[in-house]
Amino acid sequence: MTQPSPLEVMRWLDQVPDPEIPAISLVDLGIIRHVEWAGDALEVTVTPTYSGCPATSIINFEIEKALRDNGVEKVSLKRQISPPWTTDWLSEKGREKLEAYGIAPPQPAGGPAQCPRCQSSDLEKLSQFGSTPCKAQWRCKSCLEPFDYFKCI
Amino acid sequence: MSGLSKSVLYDFCLRMGDNTLILGHRVSEWCGHAPVLEEDIALANTALDLIGQTQFWLGLAADVQGEGKSADDLAFLRDAWDFRNGLLCELPNGDFGQTLMRQYLFDEWHWAMLTALQNSSEKRVSDIADKAVKEASYHLERSRDTVIGLGDGTAESHDRMQAALDYLYPYVGEFFEADTVDEAAAKEGIAPVLESLREGYDAAIKATMDAATLRLPDSRFAHKGGRNGRMHTEHLGHLLTNMQWLQRAYPGASW
Repeated sequence: MTQPSPLEVMRWLDQVPDPEIPAISLVDLGIIRHVEWAGDALEVTVTPTYSGCPATSIINFEIEKALRDNGVEKVSLKRQISPPWTTDWLSEKGREKLEAYGIAPPQPAGGPAQCPRCQSSDLEKLSQFGSTPCKAQWRCKSCLEPFDYFKCI
Repeated sequence: MSGLSKSVLYDFCLRMGDNTLILGHRVSEWCGHAPVLEEDIALANTALDLIGQTQFWLGLAADVQGEGKSADDLAFLRDAWDFRNGLLCELPNGDFGQTLMRQYLFDEWHWAMLTALQNSSEKRVSDIADKAVKEASYHLERSRDTVIGLGDGTAESHDRMQAALDYLYPYVGEFFEADTVDEAAAKEGIAPVLESLREGYDAAIKATMDAATLRLPDSRFAHKGGRNGRMHTEHLGHLLTNMQWLQRAYPGASW
């Protein structure tokens, strides 16, 4: 087969959902740092969100599977920890999908801008940690619903 | 890299990685037992970050050692005398307040250390520090707030936090006392001079304890022996029987 361009590969990976937040893709999450051909092998550089994120091995598996499904035979995954992942790398599309899914996207101010359900800004923090390392728990004081906030790091 | 530099870097990585491994395991013991669900999740997440950082540090130690070992080999196939964590990390959880006080005293040091390591002359070390410091600052924010909340809380929570501080404070000094490994690491620019972190640390914990209405002990007496492996507390061996149980019962097991 002819070698697909890195841009084409990124489009494939943009179809792979994050295993813990399936509303957004691995590309939306900003963890695919680089794609290039090294001879006949496709090198994909991935950075972890959190050091201990338990989804890391599943993510690697999903990447390999997506590439093989598209006909790539030799895949080499490289882990890169520097520069460290930041929520600034979330795509604009990813932020919108998060909000539509009920997870408030990260804000530089350090807390959610509004309730993802009723858009109220009358909010309170329940816990600095949530159901995955990348989230915290908040509650809307207008509609009283608790919701996840994607932590800004 | 010279043989001496290699051995210094190896020892240095073990110290960093054993701190996060042993404390991470301790904190994970809370999983399913914390007083409220949110705290349970917070503790489990903190433990997860620490164990993730351990994979970086012990992975680097294994690479530097060059004997074909992995981070898992170093975590699961060493016995108590080969561990290089500060004694503070291996102390029992006690009650929730003691766990959070231990976390705070560690986090304040950990954050300062990682911040300094971002300027390490060794790129592999500064890369890990760049990653880990973000997590450590988040841990610190929470443990500081919780220490203040419980210290300046009810009479019962205040007394328990004061007792935790009195018990744990003598284990703080070990993190600032340099031996030949630390001196060599500082000389090569791998790590900061340990004593240089003390002033900032002291000021930070003083401010926190004031806000928490807690009193820092006057004595600077420091229990030592963890970071150089000379003498761990009795608690480490018990922790390892649990953490290493699978490899001890079924040597070489994998999946």
